[in-house]
Amino acid sequence: MGAVMTVINIAYFIAAILFIVGLKQMSSPTTARRGILWAGVGMVLATVVTFAHPELEGAVNYLLIVLGIAIGGGLAWWSGRKVAMTDMPQMIALYNGMGGGAAAGIGAIYLLQADPETASDVVLAIAVVGSLIGSVAFSGSMVAFAKLQGLMDKTVNFPAQQWVNLGVFVVTVLLGLSLALSGGDVSGPVLLLFFVLALAFGIMMTLPIGGADMPVVISLYNALTGLAVGFKGFVLDNPALMIAGVVVGAAGTLLTQLMAKAMNRKLSNVLFKQFGGGAGGAAEEVTGSLKPIEAPDAGIMMAFANKVIIVPGYGMAVAQAQHKIWELTQLLIQRDVAVKFAIHPVAGRMPGHMNVLLAEAGVPYDIIYDLDEINNEFKTADVAVVIGANDVVNPIARTDPDSPIYGMPILNADEAHNVIVIKRGRGAGVSGIENHLFYADNTRMLYGDGQKAASELIAAIKELG
Amino acid sequence: MIEGFVALYIFMLAAFTGYEVISKVPVILHTPLMSGSNFIHGIVLVGTMVALGHAATPLEQLIGFVAVILAAGNAVGGYVVTERMLEMFKTSRGDK
Repeated sequence: MGAVMTVINIAYFIAAILFIVGLKQMSSPTTARRGILWAGVGMVLATVVTFAHPELEGAVNYLLIVLGIAIGGGLAWWSGRKVAMTDMPQMIALYNGMGGGAAAGIGAIYLLQADPETASDVVLAIAVVGSLIGSVAFSGSMVAFAKLQGLMDKTVNFPAQQWVNLGVFVVTVLLGLSLALSGGDVSGPVLLLFFVLALAFGIMMTLPIGGADMPVVISLYNALTGLAVGFKGFVLDNPALMIAGVVVGAAGTLLTQLMAKAMNRKLSNVLFKQFGGGAGGAAEEVTGSLKPIEAPDAGIMMAFANKVIIVPGYGMAVAQAQHKIWELTQLLIQRDVAVKFAIHPVAGRMPGHMNVLLAEAGVPYDIIYDLDEINNEFKTADVAVVIGANDVVNPIARTDPDSPIYGMPILNADEAHNVIVIKRGRGAGVSGIENHLFYADNTRMLYGDGQKAASELIAAIKELG
Repeated sequence: MIEGFVALYIFMLAAFTGYEVISKVPVILHTPLMSGSNFIHGIVLVGTMVALGHAATPLEQLIGFVAVILAAGNAVGGYVVTERMLEMFKTSRGDK
């Protein structure tokens, strides 16, 4: 091992430590910012020393590397700076997909260059597996991005879909197997077909998955990309990729499980059963009626309450209403109303999404509670304000075993003395399931855009003096 | 060259590390953490640099070039987005 390679390996070693320490620090609110900084230092260090890597040769290749980093990094920096906080989930999906695509690209080059003289079956197999996972993560994430960005509206379903998908997957695996067993004598057309089918499978697998399940899916693809990167580390003999990739793969898998658990969904159901698509959701009967309320009345109700619990959902994010909601909260606190925020683990498009938005608006940590902490308090709350949330407060999850969301833990907003639901229109939520809470006797509907409704409530309370 | 079994040990230990590091994370940090781990697998950039670095044919160069662009996007985008999210946590604590 030359002196240069020794320096590079030391730098990779330090980078790997920085990644793990950074990830550890990111799992606590007090150190989280330092964590991403450490990880960033590790990334810069690893990237810079790689320019001295002995396997890099040719002026053109150097030029292409610098150009590629400038283009990719520049576009990502620009888009990442510009994007609104509410659109974060799809940006994560997008950047994650790019990583998966990059891993697949490494695999493609390795397989193209494979030399029958020196290629080992094990390394070929790892390259194939990594390429398959990377391709699926790439195209799947792109579909997730398109769906969340609103470029692609509906879930796509057709008869025997899962069987078709399974068929594509089996053929892809068989092609991969033939590549792995080729002993390094890789056939171009087979390689091309392998990648095309792997990409197609990622798309087809993601198409039928509904918006409500997207967070879990993005997290899964995040873990998959990590794993693919880890495998590429083995192929390239690069410990930095190996360690960082596998650590993310494992952490991402755990994160995916936590999310699926919070939604009370099995991962296999998320992937292979269409949400609310079956007979269950559509035909159920709802008793009662929707009872509208005007903002001034709702404002009075809240101003003279002892305890108000606010349940935010994705609708609040869409309406950018978090700042108005915090203003409303401050007014209520001035009137000695106890205000608490109740956050469902999967409120919004991602776990913790609501917390990020409320933090952006300046809402302090200590009045934000998660499901387990606050669910018993709804009984003693005078008013529960549901803003832009739907499925996470649907009591049907407790009562109707036929419902697709049956068994999902929900916020018991229906137990509050009064419920005010701020909602833009009369439609059902992302799952397409009617919400029985909206028809309950103690529920009043305040129709309108979240931000506008919050402004009206603020005006109403201010008028009381 | 990393020997097969050493590689296997690295794999196992790294997997446990990832699992342990995340296991006690509060819900409020799930999104930033997913974003942060998304940034960390941006290390794939190093791999794409090496792959493009010894690309010999125009096809390999093309694939390598696209891969470097994608990987750089993963790393930079992941960092910017994570940093922006965590920045907000700081200001909210400052207000208290």
